[in-house]
Amino acid sequence: MEILKIQHLSKAFGANVVLKDIDFTVNKGDVISIIGASGSGKSTLLRCINLLETPTSGEILYHDKNVNARNVNAAEYRSHVGMVFQSFNLFNNMTVLKNCMVGQIKVLKRSREEAREHALHYLEKVGMLPYINAKPRQISGGQKQRVAIARAMAMDPEVLLFDEPTSALDPEMVGEVLTVMQQLAEEGMTMLVVTHEMAFARDVSSQVVYMNEGVICEQGSPAELFGNPQRQETKDFLARFRQS
Amino acid sequence: MERFIKLIEDVGKLWVNYWPAYLNGALNTLVLALVATVIGCLIGLICGILNTIPYSRNDALWKRIILKLIRIVVRVYVEVFRGTPMVLQAVFIFYGLPYFSNNTLRFDSVWAAAILIVSINTGAYMAESVRGGIISIDPGQTEGAKAIGMTHFQTMVNVILPQALRNIMPQIGNNYIINVKDTSVMFIISFTEFFAFHRYITGLNLMYFPSATIEMIGYLIMTLTASVILRFIEKLMDGSNSYELVEVDSLTMTAGTYNHPGRGTPFDEKNRKYKSHLEHAAKAAQADEARHRLRESLKNRNGSPRGGR
Repeated sequence: MEILKIQHLSKAFGANVVLKDIDFTVNKGDVISIIGASGSGKSTLLRCINLLETPTSGEILYHDKNVNARNVNAAEYRSHVGMVFQSFNLFNNMTVLKNCMVGQIKVLKRSREEAREHALHYLEKVGMLPYINAKPRQISGGQKQRVAIARAMAMDPEVLLFDEPTSALDPEMVGEVLTVMQQLAEEGMTMLVVTHEMAFARDVSSQVVYMNEGVICEQGSPAELFGNPQRQETKDFLARFRQS
Repeated sequence: MERFIKLIEDVGKLWVNYWPAYLNGALNTLVLALVATVIGCLIGLICGILNTIPYSRNDALWKRIILKLIRIVVRVYVEVFRGTPMVLQAVFIFYGLPYFSNNTLRFDSVWAAAILIVSINTGAYMAESVRGGIISIDPGQTEGAKAIGMTHFQTMVNVILPQALRNIMPQIGNNYIINVKDTSVMFIISFTEFFAFHRYITGLNLMYFPSATIEMIGYLIMTLTASVILRFIEKLMDGSNSYELVEVDSLTMTAGTYNHPGRGTPFDEKNRKYKSHLEHAAKAAQADEARHRLRESLKNRNGSPRGGR
C-alpha cells in the first residue's frame, strides 16, 4: 500500500537549488535508507516531506492527497508522519514522560490516562522506563534519542522519518539507538532513514536510495546497491566509505 | 554626628505623625506596580506571540496581509510607548480623553488611568523582552513540536513560552522594580502613591530631607523584597536538579526477597509466574541476539566506530 509518493519535488534556497526533481514512493512496511555525501540534500528532502521546509515545486502525495497545497492542514498531516531529529529536540521544559504525552493529549486529544499508558508502552520498548521523571538535560545523548523515538512512536504515526539520528551521538551510544531502530523495522514500522551508518543501511533497510547533488542517483535493494552499484558516482561514494 | 541624631529625631517625628500616610502610599505604589506589571506582561506575551506567527508563501493572501498588519501595529505601539516619557503619556491620556470627547469621556478613577498607563508602558517593554525570549529558544524546540503535529498556538503555549518565560524572568523582575520606582510620576494625574505623600507631607511641615530619607528607605525595602522573591520564583521554575529512577522491573529483585504468602516464589516450577518468567527470559535472549547481530555488523566497519565520510 502506498503511503507517500513524492513527485517532481524541487527545493531551492534562493539561487541555491538543493533538490532537483525527486521522485520516489514509500510503501507500507518499507524501511528506506537515504545515503549520500553531506550537502547532497538528504536532510532537506526529509524536512520537505514533513513540510518543515516548503518545497519550491512538486507534489507530496499522502494517500493520494497532495499535502504541498494551500488548503492543507500541515499540523494534521504531520501528526501522521513522525520525525526524529539529529539534535533530538526533546522539550526541555518537560520530563521524559511528559515529552511523550503532550502530543497525544494536545494533538490526538487522548485522555491523560490513555496517553500515559501509551507513552509508558513505548518508553519501555526503548528501555527508558526508569528515567520517566528525568528532564532531557539530565540524560545522555543516546537516551535522549531513544526518548525522541518513543515520543514519535507514541503518536502512532504511519511513517517515521529519521534525520541522521545517530550523527550527534558519541560512538558508544550509536549502538543503542540503532538497536531500537532495528527493532522497530522488524516490527514492520514504515521508516525513512537518512543515515551515514552504512551497516544499518545494508542490514536493516529494504531499500537504499543514494543521493548526489540534489538528485536520486541510484536506488535499489541493499544487495543491489552495495553489491553491484551501477553508477560511477555510487561506486566512488561506497569506495570512499570502505577506505575510511 | 549631631546632624545625624537630629535627622533620626526628625525622621522619628515624621514617622510617628504620618506613618499611616506613608504606609498607605507604599501600599498604593506596590499594588499599582504589581497589577501593572502583570497586565503589562500579558500585553507583552500577546504581542510576542502575534509577532512571531510564521507565514510562508504558501499561505493565503489575506492571512499574510493580516499578519503583516499585526506586526506593523505592534511595532508602532512598542516604538511609541518606549520612546516617550511615561509622565507625558499619563498627561496625554488622562487629559487627552476629555479634551477630544468634549468632556463626555473621562477617567472616573485615577486608579484605572494609572493602571492603564503603567500597563501599556510595561507592555511595550515586555513585548520586546518576550520577543527576545522566544528568539532565544532553540528553533529545534519548535520543529520538535511541529513534527508531532502541534499548531503554532499549541507549540507556543506548551513548549516555547514556558521556556521563554523562564529566560525573561530577570527582565520581568527588572520591569517590576522599575515600575515600583517610576510610578512616582503618577502624581501628575494626582494618583496618591508613595512619593505623592512625600510631597503632601513636606507641604505641611517643610521637612524635606527627613521625609526624603523615609522615602529612600521605603523604596529600597520594596525593591529589595521584590528581588529576593523573584530569585526564589526563578529557583522554583528551574525545578529540582535530581530525579528518581523508577523501579519497574520486578524481576530485578534479589533472589529470596520475593515471597508472597500463597503465591510461592517465582523459582517454584509449578508457579505460573515462573513460566512467564521463562517466556520472558526467552524473549530477552532473542532480543539480545538481535542486538548482538547488529553490534557485530557495526563492528565490521574496518575498525571505525562511526561511518566515515
